[in-house]
Amino acid sequence: MEYLIIIVSAIFVNNIVLSQFLGICPFLGVSTKVNTAAGMAAAVTFVMALSTLVTYLIQYYILLPLGIGFMQTLTFILVIAALVQMIEIILKKISPAMYKALGIFLPLITTNCCVLGVAIMVVSKEFSFGGASHMLNLGESVVYSVAMALGFGVALILFAGIREQLELSDIPKAFKGIPIALITAGILALAFMGFSGLVK
Amino acid sequence: MAMESSFKNMVLSLTLVCLVCSVLLGLVYGVTKAPIEAAAVAKTNAAISAVVPQFDNVPSEDVFTVALSEDEVLTVYPATKGGEPVGYAVESFTAKGFSGTVKVMVGFDTEGAICGTSVLSHSETPGLGAKMTEPSFYGQFVGKNPSSFRLEVKKDGGDIDAITAATISSRAFADALRRAYDAYLKINAQNTECDE
Amino acid sequence: MSKAGIILKGIIKDNPTFVLVLGMCPTLGTTTSAINGMGMGLATMFVLVLSNIFISLLARYIPDKVRIPCYIVIIAAFVTILQLLMQAYVPSLYEVLGLYIPLIVVNCIVLGRAEAFANKNTAMDSACDGIGIGLGFTLALTVIGLVREMLGSGSAFGVKFISGDGMLAFVLAPGAFFVLAYLMVIFRQLTKNVK
Repeated sequence: MEYLIIIVSAIFVNNIVLSQFLGICPFLGVSTKVNTAAGMAAAVTFVMALSTLVTYLIQYYILLPLGIGFMQTLTFILVIAALVQMIEIILKKISPAMYKALGIFLPLITTNCCVLGVAIMVVSKEFSFGGASHMLNLGESVVYSVAMALGFGVALILFAGIREQLELSDIPKAFKGIPIALITAGILALAFMGFSGLVK
Repeated sequence: MAMESSFKNMVLSLTLVCLVCSVLLGLVYGVTKAPIEAAAVAKTNAAISAVVPQFDNVPSEDVFTVALSEDEVLTVYPATKGGEPVGYAVESFTAKGFSGTVKVMVGFDTEGAICGTSVLSHSETPGLGAKMTEPSFYGQFVGKNPSSFRLEVKKDGGDIDAITAATISSRAFADALRRAYDAYLKINAQNTECDE
Repeated sequence: MSKAGIILKGIIKDNPTFVLVLGMCPTLGTTTSAINGMGMGLATMFVLVLSNIFISLLARYIPDKVRIPCYIVIIAAFVTILQLLMQAYVPSLYEVLGLYIPLIVVNCIVLGRAEAFANKNTAMDSACDGIGIGLGFTLALTVIGLVREMLGSGSAFGVKFISGDGMLAFVLAPGAFFVLAYLMVIFRQLTKNVK
């Protein structure tokens, strides 16, 4: 039950892109086609789950016991960068087809603030999914990060669908490109506000 | 021109950069450690003095905890003047906020009336629930004694004027106040026992 | 190019927010008021100037293939220093900006300038570039914050000028997107002839 609440709240209520403003760059950058958007979403989900798992363990078994919590930002970003590199190499070896599909997105993920943002969030914030507020445990952290990534995917794919249509519409010249995309995102954010209060 | 990308150079430069950065961070951490702790203490002290009557002790030195249940352990800062207790600042919380935990410092005088409240941390929506940090909302509690002032929003049959369009946040705030008052009652009960 | 020219270029022609469209997350996430926007801008500028200077000094000793990880470590170090300093001396601002401070590490502006400018220019020029881009970012965030604050809460820099509430949507997420979109259009129109 609690996992269900985590998932619904992460995808709809606290959507990472539309209400928490993380991962806006890829949201605007790779959302012109539904296919690329789906590829990006898959790659982000994969990296996010893995990096949250690793950074969670590092935070609780290395940084905190040693009393060097201040090294958090530096260690986390290094771990994420290394993980992305590793996934790229492994994917190239074992599944060239998947590499071809996801490969071009991988280097972009290091600087996607969703990944670092969620990794820091799960170890620094207290959550209360209906019950008493508490720090997340390892299982909850991974579920939360996957759900957050799915939220990213939902927003990205919805947005790409709309932008494919926008390509064909008649837009004032000054609004072409980013401005109209931002306005579309704003309307999507308005729609997602309707979910707030769904899960407390 | 950049150095040649031989394996030795790559490992060496990465290691060196990491090492120098870590040492640098360690130094800055050492320098800022005391001010960071001082800032945290100053924040608590400011909240305490904002919510209890004038005192002349150092409440953070006489701090104790009150356990309402296993999950609910509240920190209490007693305020005294000339050795006589004048009030208690109770660090309360609620998990019922619109977007997560809200922490509130609640001050009581010795009669149990609320002297003041100060939100320590929250992540409520700016412009809506976040108005709990404004006097127009928290001012209504000053001088009210929860024994006669019902800590529920008016919609639920209580005496609290909820923040417009932020009933959930207002309910959460009421929940934190009730928890603080429960802690106060418990302290009061213990004190009376000691007196007898 | 003169030092002043480099700075001016960062503010107008290469404005990171309105022209390069980089660093969108803090731009949207922290601009609920003018003060918050300005704080975020200045924090980013601090990291940008320092990382630019150090990367331009070190670039020639770093082998090409590991330059990105090295830059990231250098940037992350300055971000952490900023975090510690803010916790110590401006804790209230640090609390408001929260997660967005560590996220300066992955702000494309910082790594972007390291890669596009600092690693092939002198330390002096890189510092100017950092100041220019940083100022451009700070100005943009302050203006966005100001507009959102005026429309959303009816105040400017924390001073209320109407009684009652503003249009709440502007403080919330959708308003951020709308305000940025319109300001971007206005900025583009205004600077169309400034090349």
